[in-house]
Amino acid sequence: MSQTSFETQTQNSNRPKLNFNFNVQSYTLIIALVLIALIFGILTKGEFLSPRNLSNLFTQMSVISVLAIGMTLVIVAGHIDLSVGSLAGLTGGIAAILQVWFGWDTFWVVLAAILVGALLGFWQGWWVAYRAVPAFIVTLGGMLIFRGILIGVSQGKTVAPLQDSFKIIANSFLPYSVGYIIAIIGIFLLFFSTWKKRSKRNQIGLQTASAFIDYGKVTAYSVAIFVVSFMLNLYYGFPLPMVIVLVLGGLFIFISMKTSFGRYVYAIGGNQEAAALSGINIKKNTLSVFVLMGALAGGAGVLLTSRLNAATVSAGEMYELDAIAACVIGGTSLMGGKGSIVGAIIGALIMASIDNGMSMMNIQTFWQFIVKGLILIFAVWIDISSKT
Amino acid sequence: MKTYALQMEGITKEFPGVKALDDVTFSVRKGEIHALCGENGAGKSTLMKVLSGVYPSGTYSGRIVINGKEVHFKDIKESQDAGVAIIYQELALVPEMTVAENIFLSSDLMRKKIIDWNELYAQAQYWLDQIGLSIDPQTKLGELTVGKQQLIEIIKALTKKAEILILDEPTAALTESDVEILISLLKDLRAKGVTCIYISHKLGEVITLADSVTILRDGQTVSTDSIEELTEDKIVTKMVGRTLTELFPYEKHDIGDPILEVKNYSFHHGGINETVAKEVSFSLSKGEILGVSGLMGAGRTELFISLFGGYPGKKSGEVIIDGKTVDIKKPSEAIQAGLAYVSEDRKRYGLVLGMEITKNSTLAALQKVMPKGLIDTEIEMKNAGELTSRMNLKAHSLEAKVSQLSGGNQQKVVLSKWLFTNPKVLILDEPTRGIDVGAKYEIYKIINELSQQGVGIVMISSELPEVLGVSDRVIVMSEGTITGELTREEATQEKIMKYATAGRDKNESNII
Repeated sequence: MSQTSFETQTQNSNRPKLNFNFNVQSYTLIIALVLIALIFGILTKGEFLSPRNLSNLFTQMSVISVLAIGMTLVIVAGHIDLSVGSLAGLTGGIAAILQVWFGWDTFWVVLAAILVGALLGFWQGWWVAYRAVPAFIVTLGGMLIFRGILIGVSQGKTVAPLQDSFKIIANSFLPYSVGYIIAIIGIFLLFFSTWKKRSKRNQIGLQTASAFIDYGKVTAYSVAIFVVSFMLNLYYGFPLPMVIVLVLGGLFIFISMKTSFGRYVYAIGGNQEAAALSGINIKKNTLSVFVLMGALAGGAGVLLTSRLNAATVSAGEMYELDAIAACVIGGTSLMGGKGSIVGAIIGALIMASIDNGMSMMNIQTFWQFIVKGLILIFAVWIDISSKT
Repeated sequence: MKTYALQMEGITKEFPGVKALDDVTFSVRKGEIHALCGENGAGKSTLMKVLSGVYPSGTYSGRIVINGKEVHFKDIKESQDAGVAIIYQELALVPEMTVAENIFLSSDLMRKKIIDWNELYAQAQYWLDQIGLSIDPQTKLGELTVGKQQLIEIIKALTKKAEILILDEPTAALTESDVEILISLLKDLRAKGVTCIYISHKLGEVITLADSVTILRDGQTVSTDSIEELTEDKIVTKMVGRTLTELFPYEKHDIGDPILEVKNYSFHHGGINETVAKEVSFSLSKGEILGVSGLMGAGRTELFISLFGGYPGKKSGEVIIDGKTVDIKKPSEAIQAGLAYVSEDRKRYGLVLGMEITKNSTLAALQKVMPKGLIDTEIEMKNAGELTSRMNLKAHSLEAKVSQLSGGNQQKVVLSKWLFTNPKVLILDEPTRGIDVGAKYEIYKIINELSQQGVGIVMISSELPEVLGVSDRVIVMSEGTITGELTREEATQEKIMKYATAGRDKNESNII
C-alpha cells in the first residue's frame, strides 16, 4: 500500500460532513438548570434570581461542589466514597479545635485540615487498592470511624467561635473590580484556547467544527459569565467560596484531561484489566484518587466550619449522598470510566437550587428530600434511556 | 438396526459473508456414542447450535429429524422438551447452591411455591445412586472438582429425560481420574440406551469411546465412519485435508539476531494453583514470525501473559530480550523492555470500550504524547490518525468510542495501541479470532510489514492454516510444555496436530 493512499484514508476518516459534536449530556444538564431557575424564578416572583439569592446559592453549593469534584474522580475510577461527609465534618472539627482551643493561626489550621483529610484518604485508599477491600465497605467504615473520632475529640461539644481570618474564607466577597477582572480573564481565556485549538488542529490537518459553532459556543458561555458577574456585583460581588470552587474545579479539570494520572483514572474505571495489561499501575493510581478525595474533603471541612463559624458533631452529615447525587446528575456513571467535573459542579448547583428555591417558597424541608430523591432517579433514568 | 435417534440433512447456515455450514449431513444411531470432530471453526458448534434451537428454525435450511419425526425448534426450551441436552465446556451451574438444588434448578421440584426439601434431596440421592456417585446431595456444588460438576450437569440433563446428550469438549478441564469417571459413565449410559454426541479434540478419547465418528471441515461433512475403520492418523488427515489458499500474504523477509530468548522458563499460577508452564525454552529472532500452536488449554496464553508480567505467581528460568537478561514483574516493565501483548480477548483485556479510539491507541505509551509533561491532545490525535490509517481502520471519527466499531476494527485499535509502544517483540494471541476474512487479510499484511521492519513476532493461533500460512517457524505446546518445533518448510497440519495431541498423552503418562 502506498503512502498516498494512507493520506487519503486519513482525510476521509477525519472529515465527516459536519461535526455537531455536542455533548448531549452537558446540554440536557444546562437546559435542566435553566428550567429549574425559571420555575423557581416564577414561583418566587423573581426573588430566586435576585442578586442576593444568587450569591447565597453559590455560597451554599460550595461545600458539596468541592466534595463532588473529588467524588467524580472516585466514581470514574470505579469506586465510591461514603466517608466524605464524616471526613469533612472531622477535618472541619479538627480545624476548629486547633484554632479555638489551641490558638493556631488560620494558615496552619487550613493546612492541617487538608493534610489530615489527605492522610485519612490515604488510609482508606490503601485498604481499597492494596488490600482489595471494596470501597463501599472501606468508606462505609470510614464514615462511622470519622464521625466517631469527631464526637470523641470534640467531646460532643460545638467548637466556636473562630478567628476573623478563618471566617472570611467562606463569608467574604471579592471587590467588584476584581470580580470583573476575573470574568474578563475567563472570557479571554475561553476565546484564546478555542482559537489556539482550532489553529493547531488545522495546522496538523485534523477535523474542526465550523467556526460558527465553536465561537458561537464560546460567545454563549461568555455572555453567561458576564451576566452572572454583573448580577453578583449588584450584591456584594463574587463570594470567595465560589471562587475557591472555580479554582479547584479548573485545577481538577486540568488534572483529569491533561495528566497521565487523569487519563489512567478513566482507563482504570473503564476496564481495569485492559488498563493493567497496558502497563498502568492500578494500585498506585487508585490510592492517589483517594488521597485527593481526602484532601478535598479536608478543604470542604474548612469551608463548612468557616461558613458556620463553628464546628458541630453533626457537621457534614449526609453530604456524601449529596456529593454522589451531584456527580450522578452531572452524568458520571456509577459503573466507572465516565464522568465530568463540569457536570458534577452543575449537578451540585442543581441540588443546591432545589434546596434553596424550595425553602424560599416556604415548603417544608421533608419535601426537599423527596424532590431531590426523585430528581436523582429521574436523572439516571434519562441517562440510561438516552443511551438505548 | 438402522434406527436413527437423529438425522440432520442438508443443513446450511449462513452468516453475513460466511457460509458456516454447507449442506451438512449428520446422522446418529440410537444408543451410540457418536464423536464429532473437526478443527476450530469447522462448524461443530454451529451445527450443535442449530440442533439445540439456539439458531431457531428458519434461520438455516435443511431438515432435522428426531426419532423419525421432523422437528422445528424455535428455541432451546423446545429442543430440551424433545430430549436434546447440551453440556457446554463452561458449566451452567450455581456454585453457591447444593448439588440437589443444582440438579433440579429448572425442574418443577424447585418451582413449587413451597419447596419440599426432603423430596428434593431424596430425588437427588436417587439419581446420584443411579450414576454411582457417592456425593451427599447437600454438598455445595462449588466444593466439587470440575469433573464432578460436569457429572452433575449430566445428571441434570438426565432428569429432564434427555435422550440425546451432547457433550462439548467435556474433558478439556478435567483431571485424568475425572476423565475416567466420565468415560465409564458415558459407557453406562450407552448401555442404558442414551444417545450421545461427543465433541472432542482428544482423539485418544474418541478412539476408546466412540462408536462412529463424523468429521467436519470448513462447514462441510467429510465423512461418517464406524470406529473400526479409523485410526487417530486417519482422523487427523480427514480433519485437515485441505490445501492452503492464497489467504495468507506471506513474503520472504530477513531474519536477524535473536531478540527474545527464553530458557527453562517455568511458571506457577498462584490463583489456580497449578504449574502452567514447565521448563519452556525457545528463541525468537528479529523479523521472525514464530507461530505457537496447540490445543485450547495447552498453556500458550498463560505462558505469554506470564512472560509479559500479567500474572502474579512463581516464575523460574531466564528471559533475555535483545541481549539483556530481564526480570519482568509487571506489564509496565514488559513494555519498557520492548514487549507488546495483544490479547485473545480484546474486549476484556485489550480495550477500554467506552473510550475514544485516540485515547485507547495511546494508552500503553501515553508519555509519547506528553512532550511537555502534559497530554497534548493534538499530537495525540495526529499520532492516532497516522497509526489507524496505516491499519486501514474504518471509523467515522477518531473520537468515536471503540465500542461502536466492528470486531476487525477494534482489533486494529488494539494493534495500534501496541505498535505505538514501538515493540521489539510483538506477541499476538489469536489475532484474527472473530474477525471477517477481509480484516484478517489486512492483519496478516500488517504482521508481514512489521516483520520486515525487524520486529520479532509471536503469533499464538488455534487455526492451523493460519499458523502454517503466516509463520516462519512453529512451536507446538501441550500441557504447558513445548512438544515440537517445525520450520515453515517442515510444518504440516498433520505434524502439528500430532505434537499437539500425542504430546498430551505422553505427558499425562509422565505425570502418573
